[in-house]
Amino acid sequence: MTNERKIRNLAESDRRLLMDRSVPGRSAITFPEIGVPEQLLPPKELLREDVNLPELSQLEVVRYFTRLSQLNYSVDTNFYPLGSCTMKYNPKINDQVASIPGLAFLHPMSMEEASQGALKLLYQLQGYLEEITGMKAVSLAPMAGAQAELAGILTIRAYHLDRKDHGRRVMLIPDSAHGTNPSSAAMAGFHVASIPSDSKGNIDIKMLKRMVGNDLAGIMLTLPTTLGLFEPEIAEIARIIHEAGGLVYGDGANMNALLGQVKMGSLGFDVMHLNLHKTFSTPHGGGGPGAGPLCVGDKLALYIPSPVVVRLDVNEKERFSFVRPERSIGKVGAFHGNFGVLVRAYAYIRTLGADGLKQISEDAVLNANYLMTRLKDKYDVSYDRVCMHEVVLSARKQKERGVRGIDIAKRLLDYGFHAPTMYFPLIVDEALMIEPTETETKETLDDFIDALLAIDQETMVTPELVTGAPYTTPVSRLDEVLAARKPDLGWKPLND
Amino acid sequence: MVSPYNPNTSADRLEILRAIGVSSVQELFADVPFEYRDSKLELPSSLSEMELLSDLEGLAAQNRHTLQGPSFLGAGSYNHYVPSVVQAIASRGEFLTAYTPYQPEVSQGTLQVAYEFQTLIGQLFNMDVANTGLYDGATSLAEAALMACRITKRYRVAYIDTLSPAYKDVLETYTIPQGIEVYGVPNSMEVLSSDTACLIVQSPNFLGYMEDLNLLGGLVHKTGALLIVSTDPIAMGMFRPPGDYEADIVVAEGQPLGVPVGFGGPYIGLFTCKSEYLRQMPGRIVGRTVDHDGRTGYVLTLQTREQHIRRERATSNICTSQALISLMVTVYLALVGKRGIRRLSEICYHRAHYAASLLVEIPGYSTFSNGTFFKEFVLECPLPARDINLQLLDRGITGGLDVNHLVPNGMLLCFTEQNTRQDIELLVNTLAGIR
Repeated sequence: MTNERKIRNLAESDRRLLMDRSVPGRSAITFPEIGVPEQLLPPKELLREDVNLPELSQLEVVRYFTRLSQLNYSVDTNFYPLGSCTMKYNPKINDQVASIPGLAFLHPMSMEEASQGALKLLYQLQGYLEEITGMKAVSLAPMAGAQAELAGILTIRAYHLDRKDHGRRVMLIPDSAHGTNPSSAAMAGFHVASIPSDSKGNIDIKMLKRMVGNDLAGIMLTLPTTLGLFEPEIAEIARIIHEAGGLVYGDGANMNALLGQVKMGSLGFDVMHLNLHKTFSTPHGGGGPGAGPLCVGDKLALYIPSPVVVRLDVNEKERFSFVRPERSIGKVGAFHGNFGVLVRAYAYIRTLGADGLKQISEDAVLNANYLMTRLKDKYDVSYDRVCMHEVVLSARKQKERGVRGIDIAKRLLDYGFHAPTMYFPLIVDEALMIEPTETETKETLDDFIDALLAIDQETMVTPELVTGAPYTTPVSRLDEVLAARKPDLGWKPLND
Repeated sequence: MVSPYNPNTSADRLEILRAIGVSSVQELFADVPFEYRDSKLELPSSLSEMELLSDLEGLAAQNRHTLQGPSFLGAGSYNHYVPSVVQAIASRGEFLTAYTPYQPEVSQGTLQVAYEFQTLIGQLFNMDVANTGLYDGATSLAEAALMACRITKRYRVAYIDTLSPAYKDVLETYTIPQGIEVYGVPNSMEVLSSDTACLIVQSPNFLGYMEDLNLLGGLVHKTGALLIVSTDPIAMGMFRPPGDYEADIVVAEGQPLGVPVGFGGPYIGLFTCKSEYLRQMPGRIVGRTVDHDGRTGYVLTLQTREQHIRRERATSNICTSQALISLMVTVYLALVGKRGIRRLSEICYHRAHYAASLLVEIPGYSTFSNGTFFKEFVLECPLPARDINLQLLDRGITGGLDVNHLVPNGMLLCFTEQNTRQDIELLVNTLAGIR
């Protein structure tokens, strides 16, 4: 065995799983004694013999997870221009305030007399989000964007049903939409109809007019669109939908572009969600927790998910309470939403104030246009116009040289950058969707541009270098086909 | 104000504008119709970091939390101890500030943790496969019901009526719009209608008592329906897991496993099933595979179930879930291990039963049922629970949940390793003094 091979085997064994590392008798934490007179146990047939969990020392646990953490790219360690995900800096103070014991260790079923501070925080956050979106009521209960979409579409459903308008079964969704949109609409019981985009990346209005009828329940729009473009005819689209008796849903995934520039309520949106883990800087956590506050106009205020916080002062003393909106679609979680995430968003809004929020959208749009300007000679831009907070490039030209978008994405990892969002939106060939956010320096943007230009050069000179990437990461490209064909979804004892 | 989070200086902005070839940032917003531009935001003025801290500390001080004097609240959110290592690992930026592992080569940390999570949760419930977690215990249950309808192609969902009212509420939110009928049955029922997709059983149930899974499981499978069990992961340290009773889908609130009560979230919904139903499972799933050089690695797998590929035909719309919480749960289970989980379970059991034995000695108080319970039970009080709780609060004690709507003058009490013998005796003595 070569020395290299031995080293590699060592590195490999370093990734042994918890159960492989377990040694009977080791312990990572102690608990108190039972501490009370022992009580009669339940009948033996109800009891379990053994739980198959690992036995490790505390240092082993700490080192195992710390080493694992070092295999990740993250915002704290790398530029992470993942389009539509708004991977901005997550302020540390927000984590700190969320862990104040009076918030982190407050029981969700505490009596209202014992949780006024938390209720007041939620009440204020509802108000801030109403102001930012120009909407009339907010439910903080949905725990992610997709859940808010489901809840929002259910409010549309409830609205039509309440008006005895039973035939409205169709939800219109642009072909550029995120997959959660059609999926949420289907979960809410609607039939999804896809609207094409025109040559400028806008909604095809002629087509839209043909598609609306008295079976129309509503439309789901992302603004700016997933192409990173502002839909200039948005108010006209809302008018067409309303005239046909439908309602307009706004997917707020891209609100980083519009903070303090325009209010969704005045554009004609009836209901929308915000992604606090995108626009409002709460950490993405490797895939959540997020939060998806649902913001609605007058028409839908009665229907939003329970609970919401109201202020009902008693003897001129501030008093906050949870209530269930009169015609609520119901609860979407056991308690009141992802409170710890809501605290962080509250802290973010308080830190920045109105001017700070407006500066976010300005810098985010500025940075994205800078990337587009400097990259568009080498990478195709599908729609040659000003972009908003993100730019969708296409690796069409590079594909002709035998290098695909995915190869460019993998090669970027070698340069120390996380890849952009790939192959989305579906309507752009070899899409690379890049969102720099407002929290990156111009120096970082320049380094990233240099990397993409260098990779373009590589696609001409040494394309095999790009198609074989990455080389510097803990593992190289993984066999996803094997993973799906022979699912191995958990540790098994060797003799199994 | 200069934002502490935006690095662009005025000079940077000018340089970028020049490079783009426009003279002002507002030109970049040209597509936004002028009549809709609105930059007026009525928000409180910005705060410095120290002012912010003091604002939040002020709000926090108006709450009475579970570490301030004894607390006996449970009802789906449990005051278990959170070991220091859990928070230390979960606050590492490499885990905290990454996103869904779309690029597996630079996400092996997140992915391997998810694989460990699936392993440990499966073992805890004795179930074949687990996903990486849903939003919370209630949404896991709702998704389980939808999954059972897809599998059986039946559209009625039955639940034993000792189910948590909040879980029932969420179940209805998720199922009714799809034309599914939801109905409650008593645990004494003898037959299940043949067009029912599944029976949902919570055990320990909302009132703390164990249901007879053996009996119910047999009843359900006779009609071709699926058995869905919602349980408490800490109870798995001593009670036989639902997998031993042929449960088809087992879900739970994962919060008791190392996650602070946090006013109700973020938590995590645990979700496991028999392997034959794998392809109908909602949520992310991580699988082990090899890289180009033959090394072990982990990837998101079976993605053709999911919304980003299947769109309106996906098994669920879930995208961002609760990955960081699944990390906390994984670290927690690695820490407590085989013996710790048993010990914890026993501490809760003995303390709750000790408390019950003292409480029923107080004149006017009795327990609601003689059934087997784990760490919670309902105390029938001589006064409305709310009145008693207000008096307890004055004495620095957080009483149990008022469940008057289910049991007249009922109080649902919970006991964990955080409640010492002194706490229990203080509660008993205080109640004895309340008139």
